[in-house]
Amino acid sequence: MTDAIIDPVAFAELQENAGEDFVRELIDTFLEEAPPMLAELSDALGAGRAEAFRRAAHSLKSNASTFGAATLAAMARDLELQGLEAATPAALAALAQQYEAAAAELKALRDA
Amino acid sequence: MHDTHHAPARLLVADDNKVNRLLLTRSLELQGHTVASAPNGRIALEMLRDGGFDLLLLDMEMPEMNGFEVLEQLAADRALRDLPVIVTSSLEGLGNVVRCIELGAEDYLAKPVNAVLLKARIGASLEKKRLRDQQKELVRRFATSEVAQDLQQSGFSLAGRRVRGSVMFCDIRNFTALVESQAPEETIELLNTFYTLMFDAINGHGGVVNQMIGDGLMAIFGAPLPLADHAGAAVRAALEMVELIDLLGAERAEAGRAPIRVGIGVATGEMVAGYTGTQQRATYTCIGDTVNLAARLEAHTKVALRAILVDAATCAELGDRIVTERLGPVAFRGKALPVEVFAVPCGAPVAAQAGG
Repeated sequence: MTDAIIDPVAFAELQENAGEDFVRELIDTFLEEAPPMLAELSDALGAGRAEAFRRAAHSLKSNASTFGAATLAAMARDLELQGLEAATPAALAALAQQYEAAAAELKALRDA
Repeated sequence: MHDTHHAPARLLVADDNKVNRLLLTRSLELQGHTVASAPNGRIALEMLRDGGFDLLLLDMEMPEMNGFEVLEQLAADRALRDLPVIVTSSLEGLGNVVRCIELGAEDYLAKPVNAVLLKARIGASLEKKRLRDQQKELVRRFATSEVAQDLQQSGFSLAGRRVRGSVMFCDIRNFTALVESQAPEETIELLNTFYTLMFDAINGHGGVVNQMIGDGLMAIFGAPLPLADHAGAAVRAALEMVELIDLLGAERAEAGRAPIRVGIGVATGEMVAGYTGTQQRATYTCIGDTVNLAARLEAHTKVALRAILVDAATCAELGDRIVTERLGPVAFRGKALPVEVFAVPCGAPVAAQAGG
């Protein structure tokens, strides 16, 4: 995939609609909220809680697309749609890696 | 000058996701509304039952009580079932969207929510709520309390009754060309402004808008509440509508936008009036020749190149209080005999409202 980690058009639109200062705060909120979602995905996978798994993937998808993190959103969406049965620890590891990349870029945008 | 923007409203955002909740709250506050938020359906419902909210923005995926359960509870609650609900969700599948609408949601917006669309939908929902509140108020005033309560509970179709009144149809001219000449957001904005202005003029003269039809509307004067001078009221409303549209057109011309014009038809006579509709959407409406004639007159404004056309009965009731101009008989489809058509010149002197 050659997609940008954070789609600049979507991010600029968010800034325009909500205000740059507000988006800085919103990034902080996302950086606090996303790690528990990733943890919930692993826990749910280990414990076989399909509904919790789907819901955590759904939330992550929704927030990722808010910031224009298109690849992260697409990966979370796949997990949401395919569900627990099709999920593997490797897929979760890839998701976590993509989150780290998106988080780093969002931090850079926040501090720019 | 009329304020064409919607008054600020009190909105509730229900979403378990903190990022979504903050962002939606922020967008709505930037639009001038007062916003409260709830992290799940159960708390949202408690807040709604405490009262005072004009509209709910509802996420579907929530712990404790999800959006579907909230919609079901609202539909079963007499005090809350008319509350407009806009579902904001990233639910997968068209089936879920349909289910929301079937459960009574006004509208569905996919996440991330587009700010322009959000504004337009909220404006439309609040306007529709205003209309429904007005209808409820009319039910309350015109029916005995037992009937009104029964009606609100069951939404049954009230046996029609014969009334004498005036019917108005109004339509934006060349709407299709207008739509093609501007961005969709502008069209939505224009329609919102149009309806706000028209409702204001019609209500101000004692009429009731009972139907919005694409780019037009139908209004009744003289039912469900009797109105002493329904023909005069309808024509005065029509004149005010044309005046407002002229002002709007002048504003648009200054902004370099395409002009806007309306055509209005008014007919007076007997009709059968009553309530129809479902439990959640009772509508007062009229049927009969008078209604058909008003619609034909409105359509004929395109041919006659006049803004306001009325029938002979309306003209007779106006007497010499409002100047009319006889255009002669016109053969309308569905009418065995030609119909006398009269134009009401805009800007014509209007005598003070008759005492009554």
